[in-house]
Amino acid sequence: MAQLDSRIPAGPLAEKWRRHKTEIKLVNPANKRKYEIIVVGAGLAGASAAATLAELGYKVKSFVFHDSPRRAHSIAAQGGINAAKNYQNDGDSVHRLFYDTLKGGDYRSREANVHRLAEVSVNIIDQCVAQGVPFAREYGGLLANRSFGGAQVSRTFYARGQTGQQLLLGAYSALSRMIGAGGVEMHTNSEMLDLVVIDGHAKGIVVRNLLTGAIETYAADAVILATGGYGNVFNLSTYARGSNVTASWRAYKRGACFANPCYTQIHPTCIPVSGDYQSKLTLMSESLRNDGRIWAPKKKEDAKKDPNSIPEADRDYYLERMYPSFGNLAPRDIASRAAKRVCDEGRGVGETGLGVYLDFADAIKRLGEAGVRERYGNLFDIYHEITAESAYQVPMRIFPAVHYTMGGLWVDYNLMSNVPGLFVLGEANFSDHGANRLGASALMQGLADGYFVIPYTIGDYLAGQKPGSRPSVDAPEFKAAAENIRGMTERFLQIKGKEPVSHYHKRLGKILWEHCGMARTRATLTEALKLIPALREEFWANVKVPGSADTLNQSLEQAGRVADFLELGELLCLDALTREESCGGHFREEYQYPDGECKRDDVNFAHVAAWEFQGAGKAPLRNIEPLNYEFTKMSVRNYK
Amino acid sequence: MVAENSTQPISVTLRVWRQAGPAAPGKFVDYPATNVSPHMSFLELLDVVNDGLTLKGEEPIAFAHDCREGICGTCSCTINGKPHGPGHGVATCQIYMRAFSDGDVIIVEPFRARAFPLVKDLVVDRSAFDQIIQAGGFISVRTGAAPDANSIPVPKGDADLAMDAAACIGCGACVAACKNASAMLFVAAKVSQLGLLPQGQPERDSRVLAMVGTMDALGFGNCTNQYECSAACPKAISHDFIARMNRDYLKASVRASFKPAASSATGGA
Ligand SMILES: Cc1cc2nc3c(=O)[nH]c(=O)nc-3n(C[C@H](O)[C@H](O)[C@H](O)COP(=O)(O)OP(=O)(O)OC[C@H]3O[C@@H](n4cnc5c(N)ncnc54)[C@H](O)[C@@H]3O)c2cc1C
Ligand code: FES
Repeated sequence: MAQLDSRIPAGPLAEKWRRHKTEIKLVNPANKRKYEIIVVGAGLAGASAAATLAELGYKVKSFVFHDSPRRAHSIAAQGGINAAKNYQNDGDSVHRLFYDTLKGGDYRSREANVHRLAEVSVNIIDQCVAQGVPFAREYGGLLANRSFGGAQVSRTFYARGQTGQQLLLGAYSALSRMIGAGGVEMHTNSEMLDLVVIDGHAKGIVVRNLLTGAIETYAADAVILATGGYGNVFNLSTYARGSNVTASWRAYKRGACFANPCYTQIHPTCIPVSGDYQSKLTLMSESLRNDGRIWAPKKKEDAKKDPNSIPEADRDYYLERMYPSFGNLAPRDIASRAAKRVCDEGRGVGETGLGVYLDFADAIKRLGEAGVRERYGNLFDIYHEITAESAYQVPMRIFPAVHYTMGGLWVDYNLMSNVPGLFVLGEANFSDHGANRLGASALMQGLADGYFVIPYTIGDYLAGQKPGSRPSVDAPEFKAAAENIRGMTERFLQIKGKEPVSHYHKRLGKILWEHCGMARTRATLTEALKLIPALREEFWANVKVPGSADTLNQSLEQAGRVADFLELGELLCLDALTREESCGGHFREEYQYPDGECKRDDVNFAHVAAWEFQGAGKAPLRNIEPLNYEFTKMSVRNYK
Repeated sequence: MVAENSTQPISVTLRVWRQAGPAAPGKFVDYPATNVSPHMSFLELLDVVNDGLTLKGEEPIAFAHDCREGICGTCSCTINGKPHGPGHGVATCQIYMRAFSDGDVIIVEPFRARAFPLVKDLVVDRSAFDQIIQAGGFISVRTGAAPDANSIPVPKGDADLAMDAAACIGCGACVAACKNASAMLFVAAKVSQLGLLPQGQPERDSRVLAMVGTMDALGFGNCTNQYECSAACPKAISHDFIARMNRDYLKASVRASFKPAASSATGGA
C-alpha cells in the first residue's frame, strides 16, 4: 500500500509556504550543475520549470512530443489568468482568491496548496510582464482586468482572447534563452513511453523519437512530468488532438498513484457537435458570459423556431432565474448541468436539440455592435468560421463540452508523487482545484508550479541524492523498459485487425460521455465498467495499425495513446462509482438536493482517492488521503 | 443570415503530395472523397480519407495538426497553391469544406522552403524558427527578479501594437508564401513585439542583430517587399513590422560598429 504523506507544513495557513521555504533542504550553487533533471512537457508548467531550473544551474533535459515547445496545448487558453493583485481596488486579496478557489473546488482540494497558489499568483504577473507578455492595458498604461466565472472581483489578467498563447510564448522565450545558453537540452518530437524506476526512485524515462521511431533511454537524478490533462479520454473535447494521458498513465503503472480521476470538468460554453466526423469541440471563452445572456425557450415547441422570433416572455434566462447573485457567471459545473437539464426537458435548440442560446442582443443595445466587436470580435469570428452564422444577428448556440481534468497524479506539498524523485506539475497533477476548477486558474497553477514552487521543492529531494549517483542507461531497468516498449510497438503492428484506431477512440468517448459525463449514476457507471473492458479487448484483437515502427507513424502514436485511454477510462468510472456523493464536476444523480445541487458527503468522502496499480487484470487499490480543513469550514456552496 | 451555404454534401478529389521521407521521391496521388458535409473541416476530411486508406491497407497521409482551432501553428498545408488554403486570416485547420464546390480537385502540398526540410508527406521540419528565437527572441529576466507589474506603465497603443505582432503562431506560412522563402515577417513580429515594450529596450540592439544573423545563417531568403507573407498569414500580421525591424536593424548595426564588440544576446544564464 502506498505511503501518502502530504507533507503539509505546520503553522498558520498564511505562514506555511514561507516557513517551508526556509526549512527545506537546499542544493548549494556549485553542486546544482552536478544534477540532471528530466522535464517532460513544455506547456506552461513544463516550460516555466525547465527554464527556471536551468537558470538556477541544474542541467535540464526537456522532452515534448510536439515539433516545438511552443505548440503545447496551453497555447489555446483564451480567457485569462487570475492573480490577487487587487489592482482594481475592488476588495480582492490573497485570502479572497484562496477562498474562492477552495470553494470553487467544492472543498475537495488541500487548503495549504490552494493558499500557496493564491500567494504566488502575484509574482506570476510580475514575471510575465517582465518577459514582455503584452497583457491588455487601460488608457493610463496600467494593466486591465476582467471578471471571470465564479468570482465577484475583477482579478483576471488577459491578452485579448489569446492569454494562454502569450503566457506560453513568454515561458517558451525563457526556455529558448536557456536552450541557447546551453542550460537546457531540448528534445522535440520525443514521446515519453515509460518511466524508469530504480530502487524505488524515478531515475529516467524511455522515449520514442517520433520521426525515426528509435526507442531511446535517458537517465536523470529526478524526473518531472508536466504533460497536461487527460480530457481526450472522452475523444471529443476542447483539448488539442494530441493531448493524452500516456506519460501519467505509464508512471501510474510504475507505482505513482492516480488521484481523483473522476473529477473532470465540462465547460458550459462550447460550440455544439455537428456530425460524427467531428474531431474536436471549440470553446467559446467563458468571458462571453460577462456580457452574453444564456437562455432557452420556455416551451418545447419553440425549440426549433428562429430565436429572434421568440418573444421575451417565452424565454427562460435560467441561470439568472436560478442563481440571481451570480447569474450568467455561475461556476462551470453548475452552468453546464443547468444546460443539460434544459435539454433533457426537451427545450434544447439547434439541429440536434443539444444546445442553448448565448445572446448578445442586450449587450449590443448597451455597447453598440462596435463595442461588442471590440471585446469579443475574435470569438465571434471563430464562431462564424465554424458555424457560418453571425452571432451579432442570431444568438450563439452553445453546449457543454469536456474541457479540463482536475484529477491527476497524486503529489505532496513539494509536488512529488509517491514515487520518490518523480514530480508532477500543472494539469497533470491533482492538487489545487479539488472537484472543480474556476476559470483562469489553470494557467495560474501551471505557472505557479513551474516558476515558483518546483525550483524550491526539488532541492529538498536532490539534497538527499549524492551528486553523481544517478544510474547509467546501461542499468538493466533501462534495458528492460526499452525492450518492453519495443515489444508493445511490434504488437500493435502485428494485430492487423479491421478497424482504425479512431474507431475505438470514438466508441470509448461515447461510452464515457453517456455513462460518466455531466451526470452519473450507479447504474450507468456499472454498465460502463462492463462496456469499457469489452471494448479494450476488442481493440487489442481488432485494431489496424498500418505502416512500420521505424518512421513517422501517426497511427502508431495514436494507438499507444488510445490503448492508455482505454485503461484510464475504466479507472475513471470506478472512481466515480466509489465516490458516493456529488461534488463539483462529479455529479451523481443519487446525491442531490431537491433543487438539483450537489450533495456532498463530508463525513465519508472528505478525502482524496489515490488509486494504486496492482498489476494487469487486478483491481487497483483505493488509498485515501483525508482532507483536514484546519482553517476553513467546509460549507455548502451557494451561488444563489 | 442563419446559414450562408447549403448543407448539401459534395464530392471532391484530394490531390495529395506523398513522399515517404526526405530522400525518397515524391508524387501527387488522387484520393476521391464523396458525401462530404460542408460543415466538415478540411482536416476532418483528411481524417476520414486516412481511415479509409488504413482499412484498405495503405499508409495514411502524414499531416501536422494539433489544436485544430488556429492557435498552435502546427498545421501546415499548402492548398491549391496557397499556404493554409482559401481562407483569409485563418490556418489550415480552420478551413471548412463549405469553402469548396462539388467536383473540385483540391491540390494539397507541404509548406515548401529550403529552411523547412520535408519529413514525410505533408509534414516539414520548422525547427529553424526555434533556433532564431533561441538566438535572441526573449527578454533576459531571471525568474523571481521582476519588479511589480504596474511599476512600468505601457501606453495602451504600444501594448496593443505589441500584441498585434505577438499574435504570430509560428506556423511558417509566411516563409512558404514567399518566393524567396524569407522569414522576415516571423522575425519582425518577435523583434517588434519586444522592441515596442519598455521591458525589451536593454537588449533591443543585440536582439535584432542576433535574430537576423541567425535567420540568414539558416538559409532563409531575402525580403523583396512582395508581401505575400502578410497575405498568407493566418493572423494577418502586417508587413509594416518588417519596415520597423529594418529600421531597428540599421540603427543597431550603426551603433554596434561604434562599440568595441557586439554583445551577445544569449549572454549569461
Ligand atoms: C480551449 C481551452 C481554453 C482554456 N482557457 C483557459 C483560460 O482562459 N484560463 C486558464 O486558467 N486555463 C484555461 N484552460 C486550461 C489550461 O489551458 C490548461 O489546463 C493548461 O494550459 C495546462 O498546461 P500544462 O502545462 O499542464 O500542460 P499542456 O499545456 O497540456 O502541455 C503538455 C506538454 O506535455 C507534452 N507531453 C504530453 N505527453 C507527453 C509525452 N508522453 N511525452 C513527451 N511530451 C509529452 C506536450 O508536448 C506539451 O508540451 C483552457 C483549456 C482549453 C482546452
Ligand atoms: S492545428 Fe493548431 S493552428 Fe492549425
